[in-house]
Amino acid sequence: MAKPKLALYWAASCGGCEIAVLDIHEKILDVAAAFDIVFWPCAMDFKYHDVRAMEDKSIDLCLFNGSIRNSEGAEIAHMLRAKSKVLVAFGSCALEGGIPGLANLTTKEDICRVVYKDTPSTVTQNGGVYPQTHSKMKEGSIEIPELWETVKSLDQVIDVEYYVPGCPPQPEQIWAVIEHIISGKPLPPKGSILGATDKTCCDECPRDRKEKKIKQFFRPFEIQTDPNECLLDQGIVCMGPATRSGCGALCTKANVPCRGCYGPPPHVVDQGAKMVSALSSVIDAVEPEEIERILDQIADPMGTFYRFSLAHSILRRVEKA
Amino acid sequence: MAFEPKIIGFLCNWCSYTGADLAGVSRIKSAPNVRILRTMCSGRVDPAFILKAFQLGADGVIVMGCHLGDCHYQEGNYKTVRRLPFLKRLIKDFGIDPRRLRLEWVSASEGDRFAKVVNEMTEEIRQLGPLKLSVHREIQRAIAHQ
Repeated sequence: MAKPKLALYWAASCGGCEIAVLDIHEKILDVAAAFDIVFWPCAMDFKYHDVRAMEDKSIDLCLFNGSIRNSEGAEIAHMLRAKSKVLVAFGSCALEGGIPGLANLTTKEDICRVVYKDTPSTVTQNGGVYPQTHSKMKEGSIEIPELWETVKSLDQVIDVEYYVPGCPPQPEQIWAVIEHIISGKPLPPKGSILGATDKTCCDECPRDRKEKKIKQFFRPFEIQTDPNECLLDQGIVCMGPATRSGCGALCTKANVPCRGCYGPPPHVVDQGAKMVSALSSVIDAVEPEEIERILDQIADPMGTFYRFSLAHSILRRVEKA
Repeated sequence: MAFEPKIIGFLCNWCSYTGADLAGVSRIKSAPNVRILRTMCSGRVDPAFILKAFQLGADGVIVMGCHLGDCHYQEGNYKTVRRLPFLKRLIKDFGIDPRRLRLEWVSASEGDRFAKVVNEMTEEIRQLGPLKLSVHREIQRAIAHQ
């Protein structure tokens, strides 16, 4: 019997998800033994036209990481959707836009201006030029993908069977997902979140929690934190209460507040809104001026609360002024 | 056609909803622009409800609860008194005028006050004009696609 076929792809992502797959170490050999890897641009030399030539639904499992922010990502997403039986949004970017989704704080015009004109290291002539999707030169014409105004999560572009959260997903969680599929056990219902658990990051965090009453927020560099007490209790904005468990609370164990990469916990649609709710409940103030003074201490609420989930949040992007 | 603001009102069961009722039985006229949703407490209003209202086309959102100290659940509205200013900051960062979100205390005996804040809010949103968000277009496209 032919082995099942596996494809991996990256769209707008950093490549960390690919590294995370390799971080299952020698078990990668089990993956290679169990699957025929038919497409993996990061590691193996297959071309788009190889995939295009495959029959529809001929790939058994596709792990797709990265958000969609240009015409190339969208084209490959649609192609892999047609060719795959099971397509998994793999990692925070595919799941909810991830770090690239922070581009939704600004506009395509502003991004291009900074990158191609305003950066001090960029030397411009005649006011500078932006990349053109079509350009003609004497050897022929060149086409490059078009950058989108708004970054999208994978499921805003194509239909997705499963989600594996994390930036990157933890290797043992990746292996658990792959092992489940290799074992031939029945697959969970469509839309399930795999490789994570159903509580919040706080549930896995070993720190001691007290009744919270916060009068002052700090940024991590401003204070020496107690290694055994809840970071939020100490006034550090930690995304734990609004983040799904599954990572083993890696960050808080290393004295760093949770960044929120595992996305919202079950039944929460908007991580930022949940964080507003959670912090409002523990701020120790009633008078408006006092409340405003404490809220002023929270640095960069958008970039902190929506660090990974802006593109998949309720409002999806910041409106242009 | 002239712009008529669509405003979603989250009213607490114990004070403000009864206050709205009183405005009705007292035949106090107020703008019909506020669509009222009854919640058990203003503290029950998850910030996500408010963002969702804007996502689905509300031009404004008003949350009404018991005066501080009068909460049926002792301290529900003390959560609201911090949540709403926080959320106003957040929607401002999203590019939505914070005046589109308002918190008012209306007791069960303040039918006239209910009418006053509804009329004020409606007038303010009328001045601000319709709320246009890019997510509105995306959602319409997704619905058309289904």
